[in-house]
Amino acid sequence: MDYSQFGAMLPELIILGLFVIVLCADVFTKDGSAKRFLTPMTTVLFLLATVAIWLIPSSGEEVFGGMYVDSQACKAMKAILNVGAFIVLLQAAEWVESDDMKFRRGEFYELLLATLFGMYLMISARHFLLFIIGLECASLPLAAMVAFNKKHYESHEAAIKYILTAVFSSAILLMGLSFVYAFSGGSLYFNDIAASIAGTEINGLLIAAVAFVIAGIGFKLSLVPFHLWTADVYQGAPTAITAYLSVISKGAAAFAFFVIFAQVFGSLYSEVWEWMMYAVIIATITVGNLFAMRQKNMKRFMAFSSVSQAGYIMLGVMTEQALGLGSMMFYIFVYIVSNLAAFAVISSIENKTGKVSMDDYDGLHKSNPRLSFVMTLAMFSLAGIPPFAGFFSKILIFTSVTASDSMALYMLVLVALINTIISLYYYLLVVKAIWINPGEAKVERFESNRCDRVALVLCTLGIVFFGLVPYIYEYCLDAARLLN
Amino acid sequence: MDLEMLWYLVPSVIMFCAGVFGFITRKNTIALLLSLELMLNAADLNFVVFNRYLFPGSMEGMVFTLFAIAIAAAETAIAIAIIINIYRAVGNSDITSAQKMKF
Repeated sequence: MDYSQFGAMLPELIILGLFVIVLCADVFTKDGSAKRFLTPMTTVLFLLATVAIWLIPSSGEEVFGGMYVDSQACKAMKAILNVGAFIVLLQAAEWVESDDMKFRRGEFYELLLATLFGMYLMISARHFLLFIIGLECASLPLAAMVAFNKKHYESHEAAIKYILTAVFSSAILLMGLSFVYAFSGGSLYFNDIAASIAGTEINGLLIAAVAFVIAGIGFKLSLVPFHLWTADVYQGAPTAITAYLSVISKGAAAFAFFVIFAQVFGSLYSEVWEWMMYAVIIATITVGNLFAMRQKNMKRFMAFSSVSQAGYIMLGVMTEQALGLGSMMFYIFVYIVSNLAAFAVISSIENKTGKVSMDDYDGLHKSNPRLSFVMTLAMFSLAGIPPFAGFFSKILIFTSVTASDSMALYMLVLVALINTIISLYYYLLVVKAIWINPGEAKVERFESNRCDRVALVLCTLGIVFFGLVPYIYEYCLDAARLLN
Repeated sequence: MDLEMLWYLVPSVIMFCAGVFGFITRKNTIALLLSLELMLNAADLNFVVFNRYLFPGSMEGMVFTLFAIAIAAAETAIAIAIIINIYRAVGNSDITSAQKMKF
């Protein structure tokens, strides 16, 4: 075997190396020091890893017989996710530093790095075995992370709901893959399966296989018939983990979904899965919006908002390859900064005062004007109000869908547009609570800690500039052209 | 299709449906895990059967099954750990007792 092939897996190796460093530091230091150094050490090392992953060029080669591909698109997606994970680490710092976490600091970082490693494998996989290993490596440690708040009952309840639905969905996904295997001509490589499927007639088993695969990955993405776990898990999990679940794991799953459906089932688009995804996307956007309106708990509110945003992300699947993938990656990047800005505010308020209800945000601008400002920007960006980044990401993904000039897709965009207006209502509810609702501030004035502030500044810069600076979108689009 | 293959595929489908049925109707979380295990094993059985009868020249389905079994074991381990946490918190392992968060 040629070991130089591992050289193509640099992003994975960097994350794995970081994992080993944190693990050794965690295991070989005495408990007496309470391991205070772990947080700054991991954060700084992770920042270096993020810079390294942005800077190293991708070789564009396929290794391990084509199982793993190191293309520009995969590398760009990993870099985007790494930025998001870095912001999550900054947000988590205060929670990780609390006394509750005294002896478990290292475990949090180890689990997070393990899931990130799994997501990277999932993004680069061009073989279903590697894909499944990556998917499980990403979703199983997440269950342990959801259960991290040992003293809160909600955390356990969220974890049991998460692990049961995760295993159920992977069982469905495996069943679907076993049907796909029946049509594959004996190979599980994406290319071989695509070539073999293109030559077969469409029959019931093939349609069932595609539906099972959509259902299996749809669970991870919380697309609508499969979204029921989302709100409970988001509410019960520690806030930093909720942020991680809602952006990073969703982004990776969306990219993998795109790759599978573009490459493996590409030839079945118009006959089999166009109408399936059509229905799923409309249901996802609408149901997410309708349920978000009646939520009072901010974390549940963000959960349903993220369900509806997942629908917008999935619009990218319905279109021509490079354009759709480029706008999808741009949408994910913008969604990462906007959502993480909202979560940074939610988590810093929760850490200081323990309040997560929307009513507690009444009059927030009197006590914490800067947090209110960031939250308002985040809500505007999520709703898609110009000139913030969310507006441009929505425009680009809508134009990419209408590029193919089909009437059905125009109707899809129309439904998505109407839903944008509905979503404006509930995003502005938060803004209204902060700026307009009468009464004294329910959250007293506090200073957020340094890490939170850096995270908030990064997110704000992202929200303001990602739309106005065309470089980011061009970077995503250029990368998307080099999927293989 | 080979008639002999059906003798293996029908049990696998029955196992899968039994698993789904059990997952929906059972109350005890351990029973839920058993149902999930049935579903996973049905998928594994499918892989092996397709490999054996349709593509006897290659081994990909069998290798996939080995990995899938290992992953299923990891899933069960984590689920059991979480169930023990729930048991400590509420004193039983019924899924109906985990319904504090709704809608």
